[in-house]
Amino acid sequence: MINSNDIKNGSKLTPSKANFFAAFQKDHSGKERSSKICQNIEESIKRSGLKDGMTISFHHAFRGGDKVLNIVMDVIAKMGFKDLTLASSSLASVHDPLIEHIKNGVVTQIYTSGLRSKLGEAISNGLMEKPVQIHSHGGRVHLVKSGELNIDVAFIGVPIIDRFGNATGYKGRSKCGSLGYAMTDARYAKYVIAISESLEDYPSFPASITQDQVDAIVLVDEVGDPGKIGEGATRMTSNPKELLLARRAAKVIVNSGLFKNGYSLQTGTGGASLATTIFLSEKMEEENITASFGLGGITGTMVYMLKRGQIKTLLDVQSFDEFAAKSLGENPNHIEISANQYANPSSKGSAIKQLDVVVLSALEIDVDFNVNVLTGSKGILRGASGGHCDTAAEAKLSIIVAPLTRGRIPTIVERVNTIITPGNTVDVVVTDQGVAVNPKNIQLKQRLKKAGITVVEIEDLYAKAIRICGKPKPIKYSDKVVATIRYRDGSILDVVKALA
Amino acid sequence: MNKIKKRAYAGTLESSDAFIEIEPIEEDEIRIELQSSVEEMYGDDIRDLIAKVIKEMDISYISVRVQDKGALDYVIKARLQAAILRANDDKKIKWDKL
Repeated sequence: MINSNDIKNGSKLTPSKANFFAAFQKDHSGKERSSKICQNIEESIKRSGLKDGMTISFHHAFRGGDKVLNIVMDVIAKMGFKDLTLASSSLASVHDPLIEHIKNGVVTQIYTSGLRSKLGEAISNGLMEKPVQIHSHGGRVHLVKSGELNIDVAFIGVPIIDRFGNATGYKGRSKCGSLGYAMTDARYAKYVIAISESLEDYPSFPASITQDQVDAIVLVDEVGDPGKIGEGATRMTSNPKELLLARRAAKVIVNSGLFKNGYSLQTGTGGASLATTIFLSEKMEEENITASFGLGGITGTMVYMLKRGQIKTLLDVQSFDEFAAKSLGENPNHIEISANQYANPSSKGSAIKQLDVVVLSALEIDVDFNVNVLTGSKGILRGASGGHCDTAAEAKLSIIVAPLTRGRIPTIVERVNTIITPGNTVDVVVTDQGVAVNPKNIQLKQRLKKAGITVVEIEDLYAKAIRICGKPKPIKYSDKVVATIRYRDGSILDVVKALA
Repeated sequence: MNKIKKRAYAGTLESSDAFIEIEPIEEDEIRIELQSSVEEMYGDDIRDLIAKVIKEMDISYISVRVQDKGALDYVIKARLQAAILRANDDKKIKWDKL
């Protein structure tokens, strides 16, 4: 062994002809150059050395159009593996087939940001022995880097790839745009299997996942369903209630004291959030204000603002629709960032720490400003933690936009079913029946009042919701914990119990 | 206690509405059958409301079937009253009693 002292004082540094060089054989045939490519998924799994009890991971950039997780899990189940931990950055309704793999003991533990559909229902009804660990997008990277979430084999679906493993998300038939969540897995997993549907000539650069990270490559017919990858995200609402909410949220931003040249912005998907972006864009044009950057899940609306010069840079961890996915490859100021660069609290630099305004949605908000985006009114898992608590904690101004009631379901409640975002990180709640400001924001409250915005107390909103809907009967839970809510630093914030 | 004359309906199956179907029965009772999208939260409240509205109108010997899509109380009340008035072919509605 050579140590650094030997190098410094120049001793012991004699040429060693023995081991390495003697065994080395130059590959004249060029066969080695395609050696990462496996015949099928089964071969790649054999090469990875996957064993019972290990942790496998997936990413959710294909959202509802993902085909990778299901085909890989079917192969894993057929090969007879048991007791695996599944760590997908999130799960969508397309992943309902996981129910069978859980029943058969293939998967016994899940880490995810979200749970929905039949899988969410089944887990709420006690399908799993071990509680699901729900993390935020930033919190997931923290769990990986801190060693709790130790990924043995990462399966990374990518639209295009070259024979050495350079892969990109914004080209090809199943383009998903940013591979921000997959970057974490590619960087930290012990073994990385890239799964693609299109083989490009080497070298295929620029690449989001690179040759030095990928161990094996498998080509399949389809990694995604292009029609479903960006489904439902870019939808300009015509719902008058959502338009009112959006106008009001835009007015809050304009009068917050942060609305000046160079400010930064994150908005999500969903009717009211998209409309807020559009109203804000109009106001920015009127007042000749440019934003320094737009962050997060990026939509076509944000791209439109980038193209018009209203936003200088887009930092994109996940592209919510095909406009965003395409733009990532076309606009030099549309930048792909990893989840670590986006929101990890223990990262040396997450972009949310530079963020001014974030507009977020909610299933429930309580009188202490706590927000639930995970469990529905019946206590069933049907949402995702996402970047909600990450951005609320770091942005200078976090705005929650939600109607006071949805049908007969109150949105403002006494106590949320599940805490995802703690109330002390929420600044303003915008509803169709008035705007409630967190009492700690005295100056903001004055500013909004002065601007003629209807500012009310959150307790008044709660009273109004109950007057309209009636006081709901509490949900009956059993004692069994089905999900643990991990805050962004890994601590336990709340638990979800099985329905009684 | 009065009996309604015939079977009658009111309401729709739209979200935030309720479809209410009533018919006369032989027994001196108010028979309620409720299907509600908010059963867990408001089912008991809705059944209480239906019984209350029927009693206020001095009706018995009635079967009520409600398909509720998250309607607010005043919607359910209005739909139920409309069904009862239709069942009795009421031409002179005493609005102050409703």
